[in-house]
Amino acid sequence: MTDDVILKISNLSKSFGPIHALKGVDFELRKGEIHAIAGENGAGKSTLMNVIDGILQPDGGEIIFDGTQVKITSPAMAQKLGIGFVHQEIALCPDVSVSENIFMATTNISRSFLMDYKALEKKAADVLGQLSDIKPSTLVRNLSISHQQLVEIAKALTLDCRILILDEPTAALTEKEAQILFGIMRQLADRGISIIYISHRMVEIFDNCDRVSVYRDGNYITTQKVADIQPSDVVNAMVGRVIDDLYPQKQAEAEKSGEVILDVQNLTESSRFRDVSFQLEKGEILGVAGLIGAGRSEIVKGICQLEGEVTGDVTLNGKKLQLSSYRDSIAEGIVYLSEDRKGDGIFLDMSIASNVSALKPEQVANGLGLIQKPREDEQARELGERLNLKCGTLSDPVSSLSGGNQQKVAIAKMLSVNPKLIFLDEPTRGVDVGAKAEIHRILRNLARNGVGIVVISSELPELIGVCDRVLVVHEGRISGEVAGDQMTEKNIMHLASVGDAQATKH
Amino acid sequence: MEDTVSLTETPDAKSEGGSLIRRILRMRETGLIAIILLLFIVMSFASPYFLTWVNMRAMTMAFAVEGIVVVGMTILLISGGIDLSVGSVTALAMVIAGWLFLNGVDPWVASGISIAACTGVGAFMGFFVTRIGLHHFIVSLGVMVIARGICLLGTGGRPLGLYTLPPEFKFIGQGSIGPIPVVIILFIVVVVAFDFMLRRTTMFRKVFYTGSNEKAAAYSGIRTKKVVFLTTTLCSALCGFAGIIYMARFGSAQPTFGIGMELNVIAAAVIGGASLKGGSGTIFGAILGAVLLSVVSSSLALLDVSVYWQDIIRGSILLAAVSIDHYLVKKRA
Repeated sequence: MTDDVILKISNLSKSFGPIHALKGVDFELRKGEIHAIAGENGAGKSTLMNVIDGILQPDGGEIIFDGTQVKITSPAMAQKLGIGFVHQEIALCPDVSVSENIFMATTNISRSFLMDYKALEKKAADVLGQLSDIKPSTLVRNLSISHQQLVEIAKALTLDCRILILDEPTAALTEKEAQILFGIMRQLADRGISIIYISHRMVEIFDNCDRVSVYRDGNYITTQKVADIQPSDVVNAMVGRVIDDLYPQKQAEAEKSGEVILDVQNLTESSRFRDVSFQLEKGEILGVAGLIGAGRSEIVKGICQLEGEVTGDVTLNGKKLQLSSYRDSIAEGIVYLSEDRKGDGIFLDMSIASNVSALKPEQVANGLGLIQKPREDEQARELGERLNLKCGTLSDPVSSLSGGNQQKVAIAKMLSVNPKLIFLDEPTRGVDVGAKAEIHRILRNLARNGVGIVVISSELPELIGVCDRVLVVHEGRISGEVAGDQMTEKNIMHLASVGDAQATKH
Repeated sequence: MEDTVSLTETPDAKSEGGSLIRRILRMRETGLIAIILLLFIVMSFASPYFLTWVNMRAMTMAFAVEGIVVVGMTILLISGGIDLSVGSVTALAMVIAGWLFLNGVDPWVASGISIAACTGVGAFMGFFVTRIGLHHFIVSLGVMVIARGICLLGTGGRPLGLYTLPPEFKFIGQGSIGPIPVVIILFIVVVVAFDFMLRRTTMFRKVFYTGSNEKAAAYSGIRTKKVVFLTTTLCSALCGFAGIIYMARFGSAQPTFGIGMELNVIAAAVIGGASLKGGSGTIFGAILGAVLLSVVSSSLALLDVSVYWQDIIRGSILLAAVSIDHYLVKKRA
């Protein structure tokens, strides 16, 4: 029994000043298993992983690696032991080729003085070949986010590791790429490599992992075989209470008014999307699905005039719009919540209050253009309460908040201008289960109050759970629409990739 | 890292006001004031001349005009830019106004034209940065050399003596209202006005948004290019203003004036809390940074420390101040 355990951690603790990130947690990893780690943000998952990878040093507890007690003092040492870590954040050199990026880690532990480019390039090509058709000579800068993520994974695969840690690897991947990754994970596991898999997506955990360990508030809760339990058990263990409705109620028949909020006709942008027409009715939540790169975000950003040269008609509440910039769009009450929260959604080092007021600081200013601090705070406090924002003071920087609360600040920023229509691009990316359910409820309430809600998401269960109707985009066109019972992952995936089917027919 | 800790406290009025004293103590400005006061106390024992009216006045005069440039630089740094050409542009302001005056133009009109020309130089740099898409560093490096070249070309490398400047013009640079030199009054007006605007107006709030995260600012409907263009232009305009004051003070236009000024000015802003990455900084802090550097220089001079040592010490202070601050910020986060 103990022979097949590669890593055993007991009673591990770690504090950051007064905050106990890990309060004596346990973890056991067997050879050749895929072991999921579940927990909300702040549960201690990242701290635990960083200890295993030698980035952080624990305050107490012991780590037994392959039968011997070890102290992992640095990531380099973790690499020597055979521990590979694919971080959630992409850390590649953009101006260097894919193969050289993959070499980066191997070069570091190589004993030879000269780089054996030939051997490494071949190895890189081999590893990449399993994952995707990325050319090793491409510059990383020119790759899409999902391909960059695949390069990160390839990088770890070249390390000949015995333990591979994957921190939300599918967050940026398309469904297809994710499936390929799961196949590779299984192959690795069959070869005896152990995989630690961190994900917020229950479906992935239950489809691909052998066991799951749950953590909450720095405590170890339980480890179970996934075959023996249900997703709801994991979710309940994560949040420590029973979440009865993961998704809010949908729009009832009686609530349908037939009143059109947004009418888009023949929206076209030369290279990226063509002839996009759809309507949004009052009270409904409209979903937009499609593979990454299909043009989902581009269409929405086009409507808001955030990017691209768009032609076509956009009518909001019966008024035909002539927008020439995103400022115009905000003035008309159309706002866009960015998919890349840290990159372009919020001002991380600025205060919560000044983030909330960013769309229209004039609203909290007097006639002379002077910002009235009390009014600015009042606005943030009011919206914060409405969204159940958990924070210290409103003058704290947004960077001090958890992912879910940062997202609430970003949503508060949208709501500060009393919008008529909100486009939300991946509104729950990197947000934990509890906050996710809260955000979904907020969206439903907004829709009930007559605000137009359009949600773009790569997570099909989210779209199906939250939306009343889903548009599917494929290669810049709307390839179909599903509603009611027709909203299934199978139907949506079919529409999202239908172009492939047609292409093979010709 | 995901492990940010969310405090389970809802925002309420109590937690905002109660910690006012703690917040003041945590402010960077407080630390700077403490260091400056400490220097004052030490120096008043070390040198009998230090706390004299003459020395105080000389010290204030030494950084007052440069302080106006610090204001422009700080705002530019907050927006995410930097300007290496401040010294050259200040000299250019003197040379243009001086040359026009020697060719019979009224000194006030000459000054107006000169400030407008410097504003134009800023707009020129702003154009390269926002339209062509070059980095501030390289654009201002180019302009620094070009402006200096124009100064030397226009004067043949020799200072222009402006002996016939009317006394009411020289008053700006040399006069006093009561016991207070006009230079210092102008400096205080500029500092107070811009500090207030930077803290309070929506216009300048957009400078912070742009510097903090340019993309997020654009996604908030802010015309970030316009903001950067204007901060670049404003910095050069303030250099022009400073140049005119120098001209009135010296009664001459010196084509080689202000070499190395950019280092002092950037150091002052950074010691005062401006980040080279943009998004943070205050005028008040930057001016305290300038005061600190000036007090140190003056102290070293009074203590008969060699000029070469002074440079080494000033550079070390910059590194020490920024390192300590970086450490404190990291610890707090």
